[in-house]
Amino acid sequence: MFHTVAELVTQAAAYPNVAELMVAQEMANTGRTREQIRDLMGRNLDVMVAAVHQGIQGVTSVTGLTGGDAKRLDAYLAAGDTLCDPTVLEAVRNAVAVNEVNAKMGLICATPTAGSAGVLAGTLVAVRERLGLTREQQVDYLFTAGAFGLVIANHAGIAGAEGGCQAEVGSASAMAAAALVAAKGGTPDQSAQAVAITIANMLGLICDPVAGLVEIPCIKRNALGASQALVSADMALAGVRSVIPPDEVIDTMGRVGRQLPAMFRETAEGGLAQSPTGRKLMAQVFGEPTE
Amino acid sequence: MAEEVRFHSVFDIIGPVMVGPSSSHTAGAARIGKVVRSIFGEEPETVTIHLYESFAKTYRGHGTDVALVAGLLGMSPADPQLPDSLKIAYDRGIKVAFVPESTQVDHPNTAKIVLTKGDRTLTVTGVSIGGGNIQISEINGLKISLQMGTPTFITVHRDVPGMIAKATDIMAAAHVNIGTMTVTRTAKGEKAIMILEVDERHPELKAQLQAIPDVESVTYFD
Repeated sequence: MFHTVAELVTQAAAYPNVAELMVAQEMANTGRTREQIRDLMGRNLDVMVAAVHQGIQGVTSVTGLTGGDAKRLDAYLAAGDTLCDPTVLEAVRNAVAVNEVNAKMGLICATPTAGSAGVLAGTLVAVRERLGLTREQQVDYLFTAGAFGLVIANHAGIAGAEGGCQAEVGSASAMAAAALVAAKGGTPDQSAQAVAITIANMLGLICDPVAGLVEIPCIKRNALGASQALVSADMALAGVRSVIPPDEVIDTMGRVGRQLPAMFRETAEGGLAQSPTGRKLMAQVFGEPTE
Repeated sequence: MAEEVRFHSVFDIIGPVMVGPSSSHTAGAARIGKVVRSIFGEEPETVTIHLYESFAKTYRGHGTDVALVAGLLGMSPADPQLPDSLKIAYDRGIKVAFVPESTQVDHPNTAKIVLTKGDRTLTVTGVSIGGGNIQISEINGLKISLQMGTPTFITVHRDVPGMIAKATDIMAAAHVNIGTMTVTRTAKGEKAIMILEVDERHPELKAQLQAIPDVESVTYFD
């Protein structure tokens, strides 16, 4: 059993990779077989990929406030004249796609939450062809992300109402960075460094959903969280290390989350939700002004 | 710092597969509703849902209201009919009321659900702790901590002598260790609820519990 990132990295040495350590721990905890556990994860993978494809076709949210940006990004990518490497922008497009499907009450897989579901699916679908990942390696990607996510969830939390957006998109981005490192052939320690680098940059990110909806700014934060996961992974693969150890960075996120005023914890009482346009949109959607 | 381990499974982090838009406010809410419905054991006639803090502020935007009612109708978070739950409840003649509360509670995503049918009333408080994961913190005024991550049997039965012994005998015979046990009732001799959190996964014992005379319904989660 691992409870910290340090334990996770140490224990992974006895397994082919972090993903297999996670599978072994899941088997011990649940009594399920390796095949059952990997099949369950495979089903999650299928939902994630389907959500990416659905969103790219162009969808509109239940409220009509958001939608169509994944399709716009797809057309921009297809024109072939982008500033960023296409892999980064594909991850951005895919993340937007998943969260647009989420906002229309479509089917998604929470990773770790629904509001942050775009990051892991978005990055995976962006790199899986380029890195030649088999289906089993794509399932491994999710187990690697889940292993680091478990430590983050237990030490810092993953609910925006508890810890702000750092707990949601911050956690998702860190999990994706760790999985990207592993998928590119990096070590468990490099995955851990990618987690630390990512969370350190997300500390304090508030949860300020306009009208309390998981749309503005959530969808675009997933997009940028996906891009950051790729950059953090490259940094860690280059040998860049976090001076503050990963477990201390995670504990810091938990502490910062508890110190955040309630207005920045998914109450729609602060941040962009209380901007003039944010307030206007709330009145437009629910027919009444905010308190 | 010693924190309680709230998340046990990789599928608490990668999952659930669910209808959007919020794992805590939609999927977690649906799960709370479904567990409460299972504890009640039958379709309620009236539903009163008290919402606290973040649930109270943002329930409409996140579909928390829709999801709680979907769960109370027995739907899972991935049910494609989830968005239509309020209409379905209305069509079935279930009276539903939402009460946003301004009092502070222990966790920001908290709902207290009161179900009635005839003379029967059940009050359950559920908490959505993130990523679609939930806890049950109170049943009929009794403080409990039901994690939902562990194998759990919930029975609704008639409050007659010997029920607890019969249930624990079944567990003992199957070499299943009981971690925690909660028993509560509405009134003496009326309907009672027994919650058994066990260490091993044995869904097949549900049928044995169901076969005990005076047991009305049994639910199993893991």
